[in-house]
Amino acid sequence: MLAIVDYGVGNLFSLLSSFASIGEPAQVTDDPATLAKADGIILPGVGAFGDAAEKLRKTGLEEAVIREAKNGKPLLGICLGMQLLFEKSLEYGEHAGLGLLRGTVRPIREVIPADYKIPHIGWNALHIIRRSPLLSNTKDGEFVYFVHSYYAADCADSLAAVADYGAPLTAMVQKENICGCQFHPEKSGEVGLRILRAFADMAHKKEQP
Amino acid sequence: MITKRIIPCLDVRDGRVVKGVNFTGLQDVSSPVSLAEYYSSCGADELVFYDITASSDGRALFTEILTETASKVFIPLTVGGGINTVADFDRVLKCGADKVSVNSGAIRNHSLVDEAAKRYGNQCVVLSADVKRVDGVFRVFAKGGRENTGMEAISWIKRCVEHGAGEVVVNSIDTDGVKTGFDLEMLAAVCEAVSVPVIASGGAGCIGDFIKLFKTLPQVDAGLAASIFHFGTVRINDLKREMHAAGIPARMTEKE
Repeated sequence: MLAIVDYGVGNLFSLLSSFASIGEPAQVTDDPATLAKADGIILPGVGAFGDAAEKLRKTGLEEAVIREAKNGKPLLGICLGMQLLFEKSLEYGEHAGLGLLRGTVRPIREVIPADYKIPHIGWNALHIIRRSPLLSNTKDGEFVYFVHSYYAADCADSLAAVADYGAPLTAMVQKENICGCQFHPEKSGEVGLRILRAFADMAHKKEQP
Repeated sequence: MITKRIIPCLDVRDGRVVKGVNFTGLQDVSSPVSLAEYYSSCGADELVFYDITASSDGRALFTEILTETASKVFIPLTVGGGINTVADFDRVLKCGADKVSVNSGAIRNHSLVDEAAKRYGNQCVVLSADVKRVDGVFRVFAKGGRENTGMEAISWIKRCVEHGAGEVVVNSIDTDGVKTGFDLEMLAAVCEAVSVPVIASGGAGCIGDFIKLFKTLPQVDAGLAASIFHFGTVRINDLKREMHAAGIPARMTEKE
């Protein structure tokens, strides 16, 4: 079973439906015991980094997620959920993240050309930097759906794929069991479902003795 | 490279897809769920569901259909029609919508865009504006294009963007249903005024109209149409192929 962390941020309907469509039982939960039992954990998120980090902390789920991740359980952060995996974010001030990956979340405005619109919204191609198990079913140049105004910087040790928006923006990260997608795999059609499939496969491999 | 989005719009009444020509004379087309699945499989980048139901029974049917679609189709879904309050946002977001488009609701209640953007984020709020020239001035129309609000369109759109609309759909009543191309003059005026994504709507009759749109106005992010897709006049995979051939960034899918 996969656990989708429910900490009151965002809409989990599509995520749940997409796991159902690939035949992977997933459960939306705010219970640390359920996270402990799961084969893999999905950390979703939309909205502002500071609010989300605070909610995750207040509910006690941050501690549970960090504990499971440090035990080697596959963890997939999606969109803001990916950004939360890093050390800190500079979105409206400075906020601490979970610190599971090295790097800082910064405004895309700092790196993209002035005439590019913000947010980076729409379908963009994945450029694979490093082969990751998360990309085992994905080809270079396949399109995924993005909606974001901040990106993960200084994360060379986990960087798996980027998208070109006048500058290379971090699209996917993975270091050992810690994975993240800046885009929305649950909104990226067939390509996205294949990425969720790859994560589920990673999770089940972990389960075997 | 971010791609130009192609968006079929499904007008839904009492659980069926309909499309009007110049907003009158509706004609039944198909089942929304199967049409949505079909479009998703042939490369649509996003779908808009527009609820033109008046009755509460029809509205309940709409949310059922939305839920069913969102559990089968994994591309962004925008919902519009009958969105008057933040509670309406909540109702459709819970059924799997990703973005909500406001039109008459924002005209009636000027704080709706602001409130919704604060609660759900700008990326969730799409302003849909029905615009028509009246004595040479772009005016905003309400109630499905039937009522002239008297408001000047460009300043209205600008105001909504300042209050949190994350995208703008510009629907030209002058070109809607006429199939002689998008309203490039109107779209240029909107692109000049705002820096959020602009979606062109109204007037597409053939593939060439989309090519002309993106070639003439590279600032436009997406093209939206209904009947030409529903009746098969334009097939989305053919459109994507021709956009690609013309050097317009388009999402190509393997299924072609």
